[in-house]
Amino acid sequence: MPTEKSVEHVREKAEIVDGEGLRRAITRIAHEIIERNDGARDLVLVGIRTRGVPLAKRLAQKIKEFEGVEPPVGALDITLYRDDLQMIAHQPVVKGTDVPTGINDKIVVLVDDVLYTGRTVRAALDELIDLGRPKAIQLAVIIDRGHREIPIRADFVGKNVPTSKREVIMVHVHEVDGLDGVSIGEVLG
Amino acid sequence: MIGTRKDLLGLEDLSAEELVSILDTARTFREVLDRPIPKVPSLRGLTAANLFFEASTRTRLSFELAEKRLSADTVNFQTSGSSVSKGESLKDTARNIEAMGIHLVVIRHQASGAPHYLARNLDAGVINAGDGTHEHPTQGLLDIFTVRERRGKIAGLRVAIIGDIMHSRVARSNIWGLTKLGAAVTIAGPPTMMPAEVERFGVTVARSVDEAMEGADVVNILRIQLERQRGTLYPSLREYARVYGVTSERLKRAKPDVIVMHPGPMNRGVEIAQDVADGKHSVILEQVTNGVAVRMAVLYLLAGHKAQGEPPVENVPTEAKQTHGEPSLHPRR
Repeated sequence: MPTEKSVEHVREKAEIVDGEGLRRAITRIAHEIIERNDGARDLVLVGIRTRGVPLAKRLAQKIKEFEGVEPPVGALDITLYRDDLQMIAHQPVVKGTDVPTGINDKIVVLVDDVLYTGRTVRAALDELIDLGRPKAIQLAVIIDRGHREIPIRADFVGKNVPTSKREVIMVHVHEVDGLDGVSIGEVLG
Repeated sequence: MIGTRKDLLGLEDLSAEELVSILDTARTFREVLDRPIPKVPSLRGLTAANLFFEASTRTRLSFELAEKRLSADTVNFQTSGSSVSKGESLKDTARNIEAMGIHLVVIRHQASGAPHYLARNLDAGVINAGDGTHEHPTQGLLDIFTVRERRGKIAGLRVAIIGDIMHSRVARSNIWGLTKLGAAVTIAGPPTMMPAEVERFGVTVARSVDEAMEGADVVNILRIQLERQRGTLYPSLREYARVYGVTSERLKRAKPDVIVMHPGPMNRGVEIAQDVADGKHSVILEQVTNGVAVRMAVLYLLAGHKAQGEPPVENVPTEAKQTHGEPSLHPRR
């Protein structure tokens, strides 16, 4: 895995969303998903590894609270679909895709923490289409930080955060990081 | 990890960590093979050459399938080998490969060490698909993968390998890999087919097939290689079947949930009885399916080597988010 910029080279500047704010954002997105799709029927939530997966599970939990139906949750590892495999020195570790239910004729909501260049979502769309033919694919992200390199947009956004390319957005989820929240940092050097 | 290697020449020089990383990656590709579209774009733009100087059906098909399911381009070269002058042809082959811009070479050769010779002389990654009586690393890996998927572990398992150990590169690769991962390996076969100083491999030599079967979790039955010997090592096939053939009667000495493996092609009724080959303990066809996944993993991991030493490409979006607990970054946002 490339380590050009390790954690040591990033200075955390500010917390922009706290744990409570993250919870509210997830609650609102869950409501929007239900509203947009007239309920929770035929929904499948698919998280993009790593942090998209716990976020998708939380969304599914909320949707169950509001609608009484818990949509199935899957995990997508887009490593094998990356467009930069020819450019990086070592093959990244593949953790595997696990989409348990069929996605044919379902409404798939892709879930990720940060939307940036759009290349991850491009890879995820390619992989999803190899897994089946959903009725529709929608995209939910916690943070949209701009700087798109391909024409992709999110259907559900927790918070729009204008950033410079030198900045980094860190979404923390307690399932992975031990705490909840979003902070912004700056690459040093 | 294996990402720093250019070649896979044998399991003898791999660490336990590297073995585990290949096996873990293979599990991902096993899932890919079950998809409606069992293909991923990971090796798009790369070309693999399959050079088979010795007859092979399943290994060649398995490698070609693995390459295609990773979206690599493939070219194939086959020869009986008997009419080719080895040293010259290999050198020429290497030069041609270089000239054609091939990234990965899969080679099977009757001479032990032929893949090593190519690996030294090529920038391309080289995968040994069987060299003489030396090693057949991807067969060893797929056998170990099959056991691991069935049992969830390798350490502590009792594995019996039965048959012609001396001529078997499959046995050698299995022994290296299994012992590194902590299995207890017992071998049995005609004394004329035991290599000298076999204990050096860290295995137990049983005096009979029955003894080797005792309490085994896994029985791996080797093929009698009719093409590699001229009948001087045992009196007759009938005699071999009677003394060393694995029958359901002999299998009763193993654990009740023993799994039976065979690298194929089988000589039914010789080293393996008909009802064992098709019986409930047999995972022989599972081995074949797993073989494609394991070869995909090896190809994928070795393909990472090619960019080494090149300057980092500047326009890759590396400003990914930072994370706690995961110091490295995906250049993916």
